[in-house]
Amino acid sequence: MKKNWIIIAIIILIVFLLYGLVKGYYNQMVTLNEGVSERWAQVENVYQRRADLIPNLVSTVKGYADFEKQTLTDVIEARSKATSVNIDASQLTPETFQQFQNAQDGLSSALSRLMVVVERYPELKANQNFLELQAQLEGTENRIAVERQKFNVQTREYNTYIKKFPQVIFANLYGFDEKPYFHAEEGAEKAPEVKF
Amino acid sequence: MPLTKHINSLLVSIFFFLSLSSFAQELPDQPIPPRLVVDYAGVLNRSEINHLEQKLLAFNDTTSNQIAVVIIKSLNGLNKEVYADRLGEKWGVGRKGKDNGILILIKPKRGNESGQVRISVGYGLEGAVPDALTKRIIDQEMIPYFKNNDYFTGLDRGTDVIMALSTGEFTADEYAANSGSSWTGMIVPLVVIIIIFMLMRRNSRKYYSTGGQQLPFWTALWLGSTMSRHGQSGSWNSFNSGSGGFGGGFSGFGGGSFGGGGAGGSW
Repeated sequence: MKKNWIIIAIIILIVFLLYGLVKGYYNQMVTLNEGVSERWAQVENVYQRRADLIPNLVSTVKGYADFEKQTLTDVIEARSKATSVNIDASQLTPETFQQFQNAQDGLSSALSRLMVVVERYPELKANQNFLELQAQLEGTENRIAVERQKFNVQTREYNTYIKKFPQVIFANLYGFDEKPYFHAEEGAEKAPEVKF
Repeated sequence: MPLTKHINSLLVSIFFFLSLSSFAQELPDQPIPPRLVVDYAGVLNRSEINHLEQKLLAFNDTTSNQIAVVIIKSLNGLNKEVYADRLGEKWGVGRKGKDNGILILIKPKRGNESGQVRISVGYGLEGAVPDALTKRIIDQEMIPYFKNNDYFTGLDRGTDVIMALSTGEFTADEYAANSGSSWTGMIVPLVVIIIIFMLMRRNSRKYYSTGGQQLPFWTALWLGSTMSRHGQSGSWNSFNSGSGGFGGGFSGFGGGSFGGGGAGGSW
């Protein structure tokens, strides 16, 4: 009779300890996961900010009658492609992430081609409106670089945590997957230099 | 159990730290004692540094916005945007949660190396000091003077404009907290006032419910004065301890964060 009680007590103790253990790890994973989501929202914000600048930029540049239509069309198309790819933070898989990055990189290169063409239009480069847009665009490119880097730091912390023992057991159990990074293709370290 | 957890979190933080330190090592540490104007390149003289320091310190004390000026010899291979944003983040220019810091980074022209300037704007001031205006400040107020090696005038004029732009963003909230010379000395009376205020409220409610009896004159007076004080009491709690010192020098940055706002230029 007494022995039974001891066994029950031990079982209860183990259950409690297990509960405390799992709870600690689980909550930490949730916290880190939320951190990544927050950073991801910032990344999307700054990309959105860039997309919002483009209509203004295009209409300013368009005013110069002989401006190459093809470059502008490319930018507009790349913009609509980039804004159509929106990923929820919980759906950050390598595939969707790659899709997002490709779309945004497409816009980046269309924009830099536009800026190369702009070189040939001195009146445009002297336009105050254009100069302000240029400063805003540079600032936005820089914000993108900063937010990508901050996202990577946060993601690294999350990935490191869930891949360690014993968290890895609970991570698999509760579906905390590894999250992808931004690759320093055109340099997450260096803000893409927009030359004018 | 807590031990393994501790070790784990320690490992995570060590890893995290190592991953950060790869770019942190290229950046200088905060000077001790903390200062708002730091000239590693030696292009300003003593009185010029003091003048700027006092001006920015007064601005910090009245508006809580922190403007830091850092002049360096070399960018250590980073580009100026990355350098300035990370330095601002590392030193924590601005208040935590408000992110109302601005960092002006200058690498003077030397020989055939071009001069570089960058103004990084914390998240919280991006609205008040937009990129396009920052660019204009650099082009019109700073670089013309920097070209003549007159770093002081360029900085003086540039900071004047930035201060004018960013005033009003946080003044209403922080001014009251900054205006007293010793805010700890004012907490006790404040607590007393709040307690009295609460008692008064209970009394006044009683007065009110017992049939529209008029408030005694002194109660109304108390209510009026405590209510206006009460409106400010929120900022006492959020007031950052990093800026507790007055009269003396600058007492430190508050942990602000940077998101890449601002602009740069070179000459």
